[in-house]
Formats: sequence, structure tokens, C-alpha cells
Amino acid sequence: MTIYEFLYYIIMPILSLSGVLVFVRFVLGPSLSDRVIALDLLITIGIGIIAIYSIVNNMPTFLDIAMILALIAFLGTVAFSYYLEKRDKNE
Amino acid sequence: MKSVILKTASTYLLPLLLLFSVFVLLRGHYLPGGGFIGGLVASIAFVLHAFANGLQNTRFMLRIHPGFLIPIGLSLALIAGIAPMLIDGSPFLTGLWFPNPIPVIGMIGSALFFDIGVFLVVIGVSLTIIFTISESA
Repeated sequence: MTIYEFLYYIIMPILSLSGVLVFVRFVLGPSLSDRVIALDLLITIGIGIIAIYSIVNNMPTFLDIAMILALIAFLGTVAFSYYLEKRDKNE
Repeated sequence: MKSVILKTASTYLLPLLLLFSVFVLLRGHYLPGGGFIGGLVASIAFVLHAFANGLQNTRFMLRIHPGFLIPIGLSLALIAGIAPMLIDGSPFLTGLWFPNPIPVIGMIGSALFFDIGVFLVVIGVSLTIIFTISESA
């Protein structure tokens, strides 16, 4: 089994399945915090898919896109938690 | 927000992200990157600093209002467009290049100055918008 077969037939299905499951949690999520965590995890799975794509197509520049996406996801989670904390204080 | 972890992380992340934004800006001519995404990364660095240390501290650190970066960047891009007309009479926005590459930076031409102008405009616009929104919220 080569590394490409491993990526195609094992890692990709795992990432896709987990993406679907996390999206179900994102839609159902009883509280707002669950949805924020699910959004963060969705973007992290997307980063994994971008990394696999850049390995398969032999394009290391795509890893920078994954890095910027991780940065934006981190900032988004920080901003969401900031406003969640602010809203809890106001109520 | 009172979080020691975020505050310490933002102190180290700010110079690192600014360096990364300059790297993305300089790489942008032949590979993915450029002035727009570099400006976004730089403004993300300042927004992260503002979330960790409060808006007032970030404004104090920046010294000037970020809105002043917009006319500076626009005039830099305009000068980069007009320069080939003045130098050898070629049409507006023609690329002028120095013949030899410079170490670290690479080829320098008028496209690089246009990209730096875009970089400054993006930083100015996004920081002005985000600071205004988070002040009123």
C-alpha cells in the first residue's frame, strides 16, 4: 500500500465522515457554544483535507492557505467566545 | 477579556504574523499571495492584539489612526502606475523592472510598489471597519 492509496482510501473517508458528523452537531447543537466548537472543528477538518490535497498534488504552497485558514479560525473562535462572555455578563 | 494565555500568545504572535504578512506580500508575484491577503494577515495580527489587550492599547501602539493608511497606500499605487509614463513614455501601469534580482527580496519592479499600496489600503480599511464595529458593540 503506497502513501497515496493510504491517503485516498483511509484518511479521506475518515475526514469526510467526521466532517458530516460535526456538521450534524453544528445544525442540532443545543447551545451556541456547541455550534462555535463545531464550526472550529469543521475548519480544522478542512485544513486536514487541504493538507492531503497539497500532498497528493505535490504543491507545498497550498499549505500556506491552510495556515491562513487556521489563523482565521482561531481569531473567529476567540471573537465568538469574547462576545459570548460579554452577552453572559449583560444578562 | 482577561486571559493570561491569550495575552502572552498575542505578544509573540504579533511580530510573527507581521513577518508572515510581509513574506506573503513579497512572494505574491508568481506564487499564491500578494498585497490583499498579506494586508488581511497583518490586520488579523492587530485585531488579535486588540482582543487580548483591549482596543485602547492597540490604538496607542499603532500611534496613527489606521484610516490614514488608506490615502498613503492609494497614492503609492498611483505613483507606481504613473512612473512608467514619466520614465519612458509607455502606457499607464506598465511593469518596470530592475534588470538584476536583489537578494532576499527578488525582482523589484513597479508591480511590487503597487502591491505595497494595496497592502496598506487593505490594512487601513479592515482595521477602520473592525475598530469601529467593536467600539460600538
